[in-house]
Amino acid sequence: MERMTYRLTAPHPAGGTRRQAIVGVVASGNLEVLVERTQPLDVCSVEIATSVRGFNAVWEAVVTDFVARRPTGGLRIAINDSGARPDTVALRLAQAVRLISAEGV
Amino acid sequence: MTGVGGIAADGLSWYEATARQRVGALVDPRTFVELIGPEQRETSPHLTIFDLPEQFDDGMIVGHASIGGRAILLAAQEGRFMGGAFGEVHGAKLTGLLRAAQALRRDVVVLFDTGGVRLQEANAGELAVAEIIRALVCARSVGVRIVGLIGGRAGCYGGGGVIAGCCSTLIASEHGRIGVSGPDVIETNMGVEEFDARDRALIWRTMGGKHRYLIGGADLFVDDRPAAFREATLTALRRRAGLDLDTLLAEHARLERRIARFGDKTDAIDVWTALGIENAGTIPELGTRDFVRSAAGHRESADEAR
Amino acid sequence: MKLGEILRSLFPAGYHLGAEGKLIAGRGSLPGGGRIHLLGVAEGTFLGVEEALWLARRVLEIGPARDATPILLMVNSGSQRMSRRDELLGLNEYLAHLAKALILAELAGHGSIGLLYGHSAAGAFIATGLAASALVALPGATPTVMDLPSMARVTKLSVDFLREKAATTPIFAPGLDNLAQAGAVLEIWDSGKPLDRQLASCLGKLPAADVRDRLGQERGGRPRAATIAARVAKSAF
Repeated sequence: MERMTYRLTAPHPAGGTRRQAIVGVVASGNLEVLVERTQPLDVCSVEIATSVRGFNAVWEAVVTDFVARRPTGGLRIAINDSGARPDTVALRLAQAVRLISAEGV
Repeated sequence: MTGVGGIAADGLSWYEATARQRVGALVDPRTFVELIGPEQRETSPHLTIFDLPEQFDDGMIVGHASIGGRAILLAAQEGRFMGGAFGEVHGAKLTGLLRAAQALRRDVVVLFDTGGVRLQEANAGELAVAEIIRALVCARSVGVRIVGLIGGRAGCYGGGGVIAGCCSTLIASEHGRIGVSGPDVIETNMGVEEFDARDRALIWRTMGGKHRYLIGGADLFVDDRPAAFREATLTALRRRAGLDLDTLLAEHARLERRIARFGDKTDAIDVWTALGIENAGTIPELGTRDFVRSAAGHRESADEAR
Repeated sequence: MKLGEILRSLFPAGYHLGAEGKLIAGRGSLPGGGRIHLLGVAEGTFLGVEEALWLARRVLEIGPARDATPILLMVNSGSQRMSRRDELLGLNEYLAHLAKALILAELAGHGSIGLLYGHSAAGAFIATGLAASALVALPGATPTVMDLPSMARVTKLSVDFLREKAATTPIFAPGLDNLAQAGAVLEIWDSGKPLDRQLASCLGKLPAADVRDRLGQERGGRPRAATIAARVAKSAF
């Protein structure tokens, strides 16, 4: 298992009021993304646990790009990955952030 | 509450859905409160030994909700994580839920999707199954209903099949399968002549939802849609509750009768023919409505003898 | 120890078998005049639909009597019978039926002691030894969930790899010690000492509730189960 943590400056705070959201399943080629609204508004932290070694650079690129472009400020993002492709990762991240950014509980 | 989201409920296939999506589509809107949710990060302490990834809820979602205005406890297995198999934490969540059910006298709905015991935690998984069975039977003995829903990718096998056999009502779709030994296990141990695990039609004839419904191994047969499972669940929650010696005596009689009627049959088609169903060979192709109509008047029913 | 030897050591005051061979039934005499029902699956017999039903019938016959006579369930079985026929007939319901019968008998005052003296595995174990009020074992008993070679095939890991991992954790490998540590087995008896006294002592301390997860935690075999179950139960209120 490979584990990585990033603590990034988030240019855009996450919208909505939900405290947490989760998407995905830890199955082959898939991942789960848990987001919690626990960080300062200009920070986004991302913790990754992945069963596929050797892709740190790819994760870093995907994560940095995502945080730079999307409203993720204030979020703690935690990922359990089972070999998902970068586009699947990006999709799940987007789904998770969209979900937590909705109004309501 | 953890925002779940997903495809609109009416477009969802139960089979394709995740456990969270099924829960969201089954219960009254915004009534589900999860216990030991993913943010608690109660993951398996054992998967790391095998360098396997964890899931924050360990593949088991438990909580309370309302269905049709009725307060229930609920459990849902994620069949795509480790095959929905019972591990230490996964199983303990359901054990705790069933113990609460007994104390609270509250009905339980269990969304099964499991291949059985998680081999990497085999001893913990096996014990979890035993503890779940005990808690379930004790809850039923004081009048709690335990309704099982089966229609997912992993089916309901191994220890899961035995737990299902302890439920008060079982709801199955065509995709659902219920058994103890799975096709691969039978083939590996007894040979391909005994069971060809690549023969999907054989698997569904022998263990699938339609066959179980016909011989009284499942009580309600539904479409692969959350709305159908929901409606059947509401029906099941209105059925007579309780498990006592009389129930078991009635069950014993029907299980004895089943062996007497079908014990010499080698294939499900012969069983269905013996039930009096015409053109039994077409059963697998029938849609839900036609199938249920064909079954009426012929199927064996467990009707409260379970 | 062979079955006959075990029964003689358990019942110096005598016992009677109405059925023997693969499935056994009868009664044993306890010190002080009491009786205990005897049931069992012997000779490594696989538990199929007929076997499960046969045992359940005897349990159901015991149920109505309001005499609190306990049950001794002797176990030396195979796994569940793995066959197309048993699955076609719905083996899951037959195994569940037996487990329900044992648990309801206990609730009606007929507590049961499972005595594992040989082998048992998987679904058969769940419906017999693991459905009793308490499970004890003789040294040398071999309970398994799945044997290592089969596990290796299913998980696509080598047997050597599994053995290596098994040395570091009791959580998955077969074996009496592992299952005892996980909380399945209340106690392992001493086959060098008379069994009647060990039986009497055990009958005096049948747990009123399911203590296996707590035992598993105390013994270090299952570090999380008891805590998780208790937390869920409490927060459901």
